[in-house]
Amino acid sequence: MPAVSKGDGMRGLAVFISDIRNCKSKEAEIKRINKELANIRSKFKGDKALDGYSKKKYVCKLLFIFLLGHDIDFGHMEAVNLLSSNKYTEKQIGYLFISVLVNSNSDLIRLINNAIKNDLASRNPTFMNLALHCIANVGSREMAEAFASEVPRILVAGDTMDSVKQSAALCLLRLYRSSPDLVPMGDWTARVVHLLNDQHLGVVTAATSLITTLAQKNPDDFKTSVSLAVARLSRIVSSASIDLQDYTYYFVAAPWLSVKLLRLLQCYPPPEDAALRGRLTECLETILNKAQEPPKSKKVQHSNAKNAVLFEAISLIIHHDSEPTLLVRACNQLGQFLQHRETNLRYLALESMCTLASSEFSHEAVKTHIETVINALKTERDVSVRQRAVDLLYAMCDRSNAKQIVAEMLSYLENADYSIREEIVLKVAILAEKYAVDYTWYVDTILNLIRIAGDYVSEEVWYRVIQIVINRDDVQGYAAKTVFEALQAPACHENLVKVGGYILGEFGNLIAGDPRSSPLVQFNLLHSKFHLCSVPTRALLLSAYIKFINLFPEVKGTIQDVLRSDSQLRNADVELQQRAVEYLRLSCVASTDILATVLEEMPPFPERESSILAKLKKKKGPGHLPDINDSRRNVNGNAEPSEKNEGSTHPFTDLLNLNSTPSTGSSLLVDVFSDTSTPASTDVSEENFSRWSNTVSLVLAKKSRRLLTVSIFLTKNCVLVNSRFVCKNNGVLYENHLLQIGLRSEYRQNLGRIYVFYGNKTSAQFLNFSSSVSSPDTLKLNVHCKAVDPILEGGAQIQQILNIECVSDFMDEPVLNIQFRHGGTLQNIAVKLPVMLNKFFQPTEMTSQDFFQRWKQLGAPQQEVQKIFKAKHPMDKDVTRAKIIGFGVALLDGVDPNSENFVGAGIIHTKSTQVGCLLRLEPNTQAQMYRLTLRTSRDTVSVRLCDLLSEQF
Amino acid sequence: MYCYCKKHHILELFIRFILIQNRAGKTRLAKWYMQFDDDEKQKLIEEVHAVVTVRDAKHTNFVEFRNFKIIYRRYAGLYFCICVDVTDNNLAYLEGIHNFVEVLNEYFHNVCELDLVFNFYKVYTVVDEMFLAGEIRETSQTKVLKQLLMLQSLE
Repeated sequence: MPAVSKGDGMRGLAVFISDIRNCKSKEAEIKRINKELANIRSKFKGDKALDGYSKKKYVCKLLFIFLLGHDIDFGHMEAVNLLSSNKYTEKQIGYLFISVLVNSNSDLIRLINNAIKNDLASRNPTFMNLALHCIANVGSREMAEAFASEVPRILVAGDTMDSVKQSAALCLLRLYRSSPDLVPMGDWTARVVHLLNDQHLGVVTAATSLITTLAQKNPDDFKTSVSLAVARLSRIVSSASIDLQDYTYYFVAAPWLSVKLLRLLQCYPPPEDAALRGRLTECLETILNKAQEPPKSKKVQHSNAKNAVLFEAISLIIHHDSEPTLLVRACNQLGQFLQHRETNLRYLALESMCTLASSEFSHEAVKTHIETVINALKTERDVSVRQRAVDLLYAMCDRSNAKQIVAEMLSYLENADYSIREEIVLKVAILAEKYAVDYTWYVDTILNLIRIAGDYVSEEVWYRVIQIVINRDDVQGYAAKTVFEALQAPACHENLVKVGGYILGEFGNLIAGDPRSSPLVQFNLLHSKFHLCSVPTRALLLSAYIKFINLFPEVKGTIQDVLRSDSQLRNADVELQQRAVEYLRLSCVASTDILATVLEEMPPFPERESSILAKLKKKKGPGHLPDINDSRRNVNGNAEPSEKNEGSTHPFTDLLNLNSTPSTGSSLLVDVFSDTSTPASTDVSEENFSRWSNTVSLVLAKKSRRLLTVSIFLTKNCVLVNSRFVCKNNGVLYENHLLQIGLRSEYRQNLGRIYVFYGNKTSAQFLNFSSSVSSPDTLKLNVHCKAVDPILEGGAQIQQILNIECVSDFMDEPVLNIQFRHGGTLQNIAVKLPVMLNKFFQPTEMTSQDFFQRWKQLGAPQQEVQKIFKAKHPMDKDVTRAKIIGFGVALLDGVDPNSENFVGAGIIHTKSTQVGCLLRLEPNTQAQMYRLTLRTSRDTVSVRLCDLLSEQF
Repeated sequence: MYCYCKKHHILELFIRFILIQNRAGKTRLAKWYMQFDDDEKQKLIEEVHAVVTVRDAKHTNFVEFRNFKIIYRRYAGLYFCICVDVTDNNLAYLEGIHNFVEVLNEYFHNVCELDLVFNFYKVYTVVDEMFLAGEIRETSQTKVLKQLLMLQSLE
């Protein structure tokens, strides 16, 4: 017996390893290593030439030190020297060092390749193998360039030894994997295929791996391998167990080779030749039969080896998916394994059955095992086995057993491991939708999901239930009633509040006839949850409230009181504050007709693939999940291709600038969905989702003309937000508990530059910090921003420069979108940038005579805009002067005969044109009123400037 | 043309790495069949140790690992782990490990952890005889041991 004594051959190495093992501390180990490194270095640098043995010993010590985790920066040359030794032991250590540390010193690659070349040409099989193993272990491009033509030659040469052929085949495989372009197919391919007939089963094993890989990219070149593989397999499976001697493993004939041959056959369709096909079927039947025979040994090695072949055979049967008898037999075999005492086998049977479930021939057979699988879900100790059980239930689910499976999954969910809860939630949501005959069942199921595992219900799931309820009017009343009841629970999950808020906001009227769910009861119920919810949910609830005002005029007063309260109108969160301001104003100024139009029921969503499915697919990756796309049903009939709708948001956003942030929606109806402060925004579903919002926008855009009237009221409110900055250029733009944003701006003619300062108010880093500017209309206003550093340290401040170009006169301010991660949550902030038309003023001094001459010239009715308004601030003359100068015009003294009046002049610079502009402000201190008159050469400019300035006094 | 690779990603079926670790997490062999940088290797070693050592005899010998799976088997205080593609054949590698261990046992005459430490450079030779380029190279114990004996006799 070839027993090896400890460290035999290299005593110094054994001593060194012992020393290291005896070190009591990490420090002692490092000290011992440094001593050794110094010793080796001095030996390598010494005058005395080292003999091969010493060199080998020291290189081996260096390798040991490297494997302990220390850097090695010398010794490569000595290792390369060992390659040209003619002693095996020295060569082996040299090659090992190169294989393990190759990347560290690539300038030696030429020397290494040279040594390899010599060994490949040596005709010494031991040396050839060392060289081939080195190439296979390193597999670098340089090596592929040097040896890609040499290795195939060695592989097919008639006089090459068997063991060298094995190594050459796999060496070539490695080169092909890393640099396929450098391994062209050639004459050798046909001869490689014939290696499947080789006497030596080790050669056949290696060749099968090579062919399997090559055949996938070059199926035609290797087509003949199918018949050879079937023949070989047939000989193996029908052999008596002693026939193959060395290759029999625990009474199983060549199990690994069988597995590889079966895998090679999975590269091709079932053979067309009937005889060949028959022979293969015979092989597969034999393998299935053997599974039923009594075991030849009780050892687990025997059954594992046997079953390795069996599972691979089943994979091939499923891959061919053409022999119903074999498929059903496979299913029955796996069914037996489901109750086997070996956990490994139960696991593999569940996994394999999952793919069988997707075949039409075996789907029914798989379904018969439902009770066993449900039992596995309840009793298996290993979570990964339970996970496979969930996968299989999902795969075998169809209309006939959906209710049972969904119920079982829900009950399992109550105690399921945290690691797999989200996936189960997704699966239940998909099955409930796919197999819902009765949508009340669907609604109940989803609400149960939220109740049992609310934290694991992702946005896709609750978006989807709303989408379906909106699209199906037969379920709306039931949904309203059910969410109302669910909300009665003292502690309900926030996701339920979201669904409840949305559904009652849309369909609360359907249950309002019952005094137990009267409008006021509904509102009080929702509002009782308000203060416990996060900002996005509160935003959604505010939208539900404004919808209530439309649905139930009788609660208007109550809701207005809520909106008017300080905690809403002065909320620190801009999004909430803005909603409160806008909704309150909308409810005050709009007539019932307008309210009814704006707050009309949501239009049906265009049908599209469930985003839940996309999420699940992403979670599991392709190829792991049976495809259940085949029979997606339409929830509503009027499916519209969503591509049509792309890019259609613009006209809508322009017409209806209700909101400060274009991304969160041009519409108060849409934006409940697109709240961006959610982690899902990096998900695939996000793409789907924004498309969803866009689609909805389009639907609403059709109504936009009617909505335009409404937008006039609302635009004013938006202006209010930034009115502080109309007459000044510097200051704090935004502040919350995390972040402060400050501004400094400079304008010259039609160009501007804003320095934005972001201050981190916390002590923790902000990660993935980014900020960008979206301009509502880039044709009119161009904003370029330079990227900022993605990390904002705690307490630090960074600056961003925005360059602005005014192309023509514009209405809407651009929006600054900031995104960053703080303590694991993604923060989104959107604020309007105070870039208004008046920023592009250049003051113009002129005499009284000039002023009145131009005043008369601008006398056309549409050029003048006049506004009379009440003073909001004390009427202080100096403050007013400062504001007018801050507005950007020159303040002209002594022009107006009445010295109480203010007169100003300036020119608005845009890239396309310049607009002359005169203004006059007449205070009436007695009445506490002002009259503001503006005359410019362009009517839109007159209106805009008048709006901006009149808000300042 | 027939669609070959949709269901099984056969092209990707090979061993990504082989690790032998003891219970304390010390690596006794690391063989990589894919390019990883040193930091990544260290991370993989730690992660494998973390997922494998918490499992007991009632668990399967398979565990999902990133986008791959680990097939492992415990012998006394040593874990032998092979990382392969999720669709690869679990039992073939499970017995591949055992076959390898039986060879080591013969070669080192009742192998123990210390043999792997003091003869680490020989263990690499054994591995290369049985696994190469992430594939199974030779499965016959007789043939492998004969070859190892021959190499042992060389100077």
